[in-house]
Amino acid sequence: MEPEIIVVGGGHAGVEAALASARIGHITLLVTGNISNIADMPCNPSIGGPAKGIVVREIDALGGEMAKNTDKSSLQMKMLNTKKGPAVWALRAQADKELYKKEMLATLMQEENLTIKEALVKELLIEDKKAVGVLLEDGTKIKSKAVILTTGTYLKGTILVGSNKEEGGPHGEKASNYLSPFLKSIGFKILRLKTGTPPRLAKDSIDFSKAELEKGSDEDLAFSYDNEGALAYKYQIPCHLIYTNEKTHQIIKDHLTESSMYGGYVEGVGPRYCPSIEDKVVRFADKPRHQLFLEPESLSYDDIYLQGFSTSMPHYVQEQMVHSLEGLEHAKILKYAYAIEYDAIDPKQIKPSLETKIIENLYTAGQINGTSGYEEAAGQGLMAGINASLKLENKEPLILKRNESYIGVLIDDLVTKGVTDPYRLLTSRAEYRLLLRDDNADLRLREYGHQVGLIKEETYKKFLQKKKDINELTRVLRETKITPKEQINQALMSIPTSPIKDSITLYDLLKRPEIKIDDLNRFITLDYDKDVKKEVEINISYEGYIAKAEKEALKMLDLENKKIDIDIDYDDIPNIASEAKEKLKEIRPLTLGQASRISGVNPADIAILSVYLKKRGI
Amino acid sequence: MNDTIVAISTKLGEGAISIIRVSGPESINIVNKLFKGKDLTKVTSHTINYGFINDGIKDIDEVLVSIMRAPKTFTREDIVEVNCHGGIAPTLKILELINQAGARLAEPGEFTKRAFLNGRIDLTQAEAVMDIIQSKTDANRSLALSSLEGNLKNYITTFRDKLKYLLANIEVNIDYPEYYDIEEITLEDIKKTITDLKVDLQDLITRSVERLIVKNGIKTIIIGRPNVGKSSILNTFLKEDKAIVTNIEGTTRDLVEGEIIFDGIELSLIDTAGIRETDNIVEKIGVEKSLSLIDNADLIIVVLNSSEELTDNDKFILDKVKDRNPIIVLNKNDLKAKLHKEDFTFDHIVSTNTNSFTGIDSLKQEIKKMFNLDEIKEQDYTYLANNRQLLLAKQAKKNLEEAEKSLLADAPVDIIEIDLRAVFDTLGEITGENYSDELLDELFKDFCVGK
Repeated sequence: MEPEIIVVGGGHAGVEAALASARIGHITLLVTGNISNIADMPCNPSIGGPAKGIVVREIDALGGEMAKNTDKSSLQMKMLNTKKGPAVWALRAQADKELYKKEMLATLMQEENLTIKEALVKELLIEDKKAVGVLLEDGTKIKSKAVILTTGTYLKGTILVGSNKEEGGPHGEKASNYLSPFLKSIGFKILRLKTGTPPRLAKDSIDFSKAELEKGSDEDLAFSYDNEGALAYKYQIPCHLIYTNEKTHQIIKDHLTESSMYGGYVEGVGPRYCPSIEDKVVRFADKPRHQLFLEPESLSYDDIYLQGFSTSMPHYVQEQMVHSLEGLEHAKILKYAYAIEYDAIDPKQIKPSLETKIIENLYTAGQINGTSGYEEAAGQGLMAGINASLKLENKEPLILKRNESYIGVLIDDLVTKGVTDPYRLLTSRAEYRLLLRDDNADLRLREYGHQVGLIKEETYKKFLQKKKDINELTRVLRETKITPKEQINQALMSIPTSPIKDSITLYDLLKRPEIKIDDLNRFITLDYDKDVKKEVEINISYEGYIAKAEKEALKMLDLENKKIDIDIDYDDIPNIASEAKEKLKEIRPLTLGQASRISGVNPADIAILSVYLKKRGI
Repeated sequence: MNDTIVAISTKLGEGAISIIRVSGPESINIVNKLFKGKDLTKVTSHTINYGFINDGIKDIDEVLVSIMRAPKTFTREDIVEVNCHGGIAPTLKILELINQAGARLAEPGEFTKRAFLNGRIDLTQAEAVMDIIQSKTDANRSLALSSLEGNLKNYITTFRDKLKYLLANIEVNIDYPEYYDIEEITLEDIKKTITDLKVDLQDLITRSVERLIVKNGIKTIIIGRPNVGKSSILNTFLKEDKAIVTNIEGTTRDLVEGEIIFDGIELSLIDTAGIRETDNIVEKIGVEKSLSLIDNADLIIVVLNSSEELTDNDKFILDKVKDRNPIIVLNKNDLKAKLHKEDFTFDHIVSTNTNSFTGIDSLKQEIKKMFNLDEIKEQDYTYLANNRQLLLAKQAKKNLEEAEKSLLADAPVDIIEIDLRAVFDTLGEITGENYSDELLDELFKDFCVGK
C-alpha cells in the first residue's frame, strides 16, 4: 500500500516520527540505510541529564517512545541535581546500546501502520512545491503525502582522523551523498557542522582499581510516567571516573597539528559545549587535569566508552594518549575516536511546526536541523510525526510554547535564532524552567498527547485520576488544621521543626522548608500515590516562586497569542526598519512573540507590526 | 503621538551654547508662552528669532529661537529649538519651564523614533503605535543605547560582569552537575555578591535620585511653630548676593515661596504657616496645606527655638518628619540653650542665629552634603539618570532583594539564581546590552565542560 508519510532515517528522530505518525493512524514507511542500526547510539551510552532528561519525560507525556525504551534497556539510573531545587532535578540513564536498538526495533515491528525499508534516499519527489514522495538511490520512486527527513549526520558525512578524511557515517556506514546537494538545488541553505566521539576500550584491559566508582541512585526511578522503578539498584552497573594528567597533555601538545582540528582539515563548526580533548587542553591550558568517565556500552559486548576524550588525532597518537591515563596503561582500543562532519539545513528555513518553508509537506527533525543529542532529536522527531499527521488531517499544527516544554524552547530557538554550532539544550535556555520540571511533564503535556491520539484511553484515565488526586490532596491540606496542643507540638519538634502557637493548616505547615509531605503523616493519613504527593509538595513548597514564573509567562503569552500570517507581505508595511524587515522576511514568525525574539527586531518594529495587523483585522 | 516633547539636545555644561529642542503640534505655542520677542506663532517657517525666555516674572536668558514648521523638519512635526547660553542652570531652567508649559520630557531616542514613525503613518495609526511603544518602553533594550554614554554604562557593566560570572558558574553547576573540578557556588558566595551589589546599586539609585531632584530643583520646605525664626532663615538665604530671588505671593495665607539658585543649584523654599492645633478655620487650611507640602518636599528644614524646651507642637512636627531625613535647625543659639544637638537622633542638625546671621553657612554646607552638590557639580550631567533608567535600577534592586529573601529562606541555589538573573537582565535593559546567549557565551568561555 502506498504510504501516507515517509520517514527518511532511522535514528532517534526517525523512530519517534515514524511511531507517532503510524500510531496516529497514518500508513508510514521508514526508510533507513541499515535496519540493524535503527535507534543506534553512535556516541555516549547515556540518555537524559539536565534539560535533556526533562525532554525525555516530555516525550513520554506526549506519547513518544524514548522514555519507555530507555526504561527497558537501562544499566543505571541517576537523579541529578538533587541538592538543588526541583526545577533542575534531572534523570539520566546509562543505557545498554544493543538492548536499546533491539527493544526499539521490536516496538517498530509491532506497529501496524508501519513498514521499514532498507535503502538510501537520493532525492525528494516534488510537485508544485509540495513533497510527494522520495526517489531512492536505486531509482525506485515511492509516492506519499508527506516526507519527514531525519538524516542525522549522514548527509555528506565525512569521518576525520588526523589528516585522514573519508566519506561515511558513524560506524563505517555509507554516507548519503546525493540528498544534501539536492536540497541545496531546491533552495535550502546548507550548513557544515562537526561533532566527534571518543575511543572505546576493551573492558578487561582496564585496571578499574585505579578509578573512582560512580554509582547510580538507590531509588525507584523510571523515565516513563507509566512505569514504576525501571531497574533495581542491585542490578545497576556502575561507571568509573579517572583524570587526565600532565603526561597526557604533553602528548596532545606535541602532536597538536596532527589532529584534524588543529591541522586545518575540518571545515565544519563543532559544538561549543562538546570540545575535543585537544580543545580543552589548548583553551584551558592552566588546568592540570580533566575528568573522564568510563561508561559501559552494553552487557552484550565489552566496549567501554571514554567520556570526555573525544579527539581527531591519528590512531598512533590516540594509543599514546590513552596509555598515559592511570588505569589505562594497557588498555586496548576497540574503536578509535573520530570527528565527523556533516551537512545540515539552516533551521531558520523551518516553521515552528517543523514543516519547511520552501517545500510544503516536507518536515525535518534532529541533527539535520542543526541540533545535537539523542533527546533533542527524539523530541523533534515526535513533533514532526505529530505535525505531519495533523497536516494530512487538515488540522492546526501542535506548537508547544516556551512556558510549556523544553521541546518548545528547543524548536522556538532553532527556527527563530538559527544555529551557529550544533545546538544542545541547557536549562539556562529556558526562561521558565521552574515551570518545566521533571515531575510535571505529564501535567503539562499529556492532554496534548491525548488530543492528537498518542495517549490511549486507559493511560489517559490514569492521568485524569492523578490530576484529581492532586487537587483533592491539596484541598485536604488546605482544610486540615492542627492546633497548638501539647502532643501536636511534640510531634512537630520531633520532625524537627519549631512548635506552633496558633492553629495552622497543614498546607501552611508544608511551606516550611524543613517540612516534607511525608512528615504530615503524623497528623493525617496520606493515602496517595508517591507522584501525587511529590507534586503537591513541590507546588506548595515553591508556591510563591511558581506563581511568579507563571506571571512572567503570562506577559510572554500576551504577545504569543497575537498571530501573524506566514504569507504577510513585509514590504507592504511602512516604517519597519530595514534590518528588521530582512530578518522578519527570513524567519517569517508565526506570532508577535516569536517576532520579538528575533535579534535585530526592535520593540518599535513590533509595535508597527502590531498596528498593521490590527488594521488588517488579523 | 499628539503630545509635544522636549529635551536638551546638546551636552549639558559643555560648550558656550545649549540647544533645547521641542517637537510636536504644541511646540510653537508652548515656547511662545515663555518667549519675549516676536509672536512666534506668526513668524514664517525656518527662521531664527531673537528674544528672551521669561518665566512670567523675570528673564531667564537671552536666546535665539528657531521655528521650523511641519512637515519639512527632522521629525516631520513642528520643531522649535531654543539656543541659550551654555550654563547648566539656565538650560535646566528653560527645560523645566517648557516642561511645565506642557511639553513632556522625551525618552532617549524619541526624536529619532518620531522622525522614523512619521514617515507615512496617519494620526490614528500613530496613536496606537505610541500606546504600544509606551507600554513597551520599559522592556526596550536598544533605544536606551543611543543616549547612554560613558560612565553610567561602564558602571553598570561592572555590576553585570560580577553577576555574569556568578550566574554562569551556577548554570554550569546545574547543567554539568558531575564536573567535580568546577567550583560549586555556595550560598556564601551568593550572599557576598548580593550584599556588595545591593550597596552599589543603592548608591547608584541615591545619586541618580539626587540628580533628578537637582534637575528639577530641590523642593525645600521650612517648617516650625510660630516665631522660631523660619522667615528669618528664608530671608537670610534670600539676601545672599549670589542668589537670584523671586517672590510669588502664596496662595494660602502665611505661605511664602521663593526660589534661590544656590551655587548653580536651584532650591525652592516654602515657608509654611506655623503649625499648631487650631480651631480657626482659615488657619486650619494653612496648617493642612503645610502638612501636605511635607509629602512632596525633597528637603525638610525644621526650625526649633533652642532657648525653649520642646513643646507638644514641636514634637508633633518632629514626629511628622521623622522618616524624611530632615535638617534640624536649632535657632536662637545666642540665648541660653535648652535644646542640644545630643538630644536628637537626627543625622543633620545645625545651630544658627538669625539675628547675627551666624550658622547659615553651616546650614548651606549641610544641604550641599545631603545632596552631594559638590560632587554633582564635578560630574558630567549627560548621565543623569532619566526616570526610565531609574525605574529599571529600582526594579533590579527589588529583584536583588527578592534573591536575598530567597537566600535567607534557604531556597535552593537554582531558585535564587532566577532572581539574580532578573537583576542581570534588568541592568542589561538600562544599557541595552541584553542578548539571550550572553550567559551561554560566558559559560563556554570560562568553564571547561563537555563530553
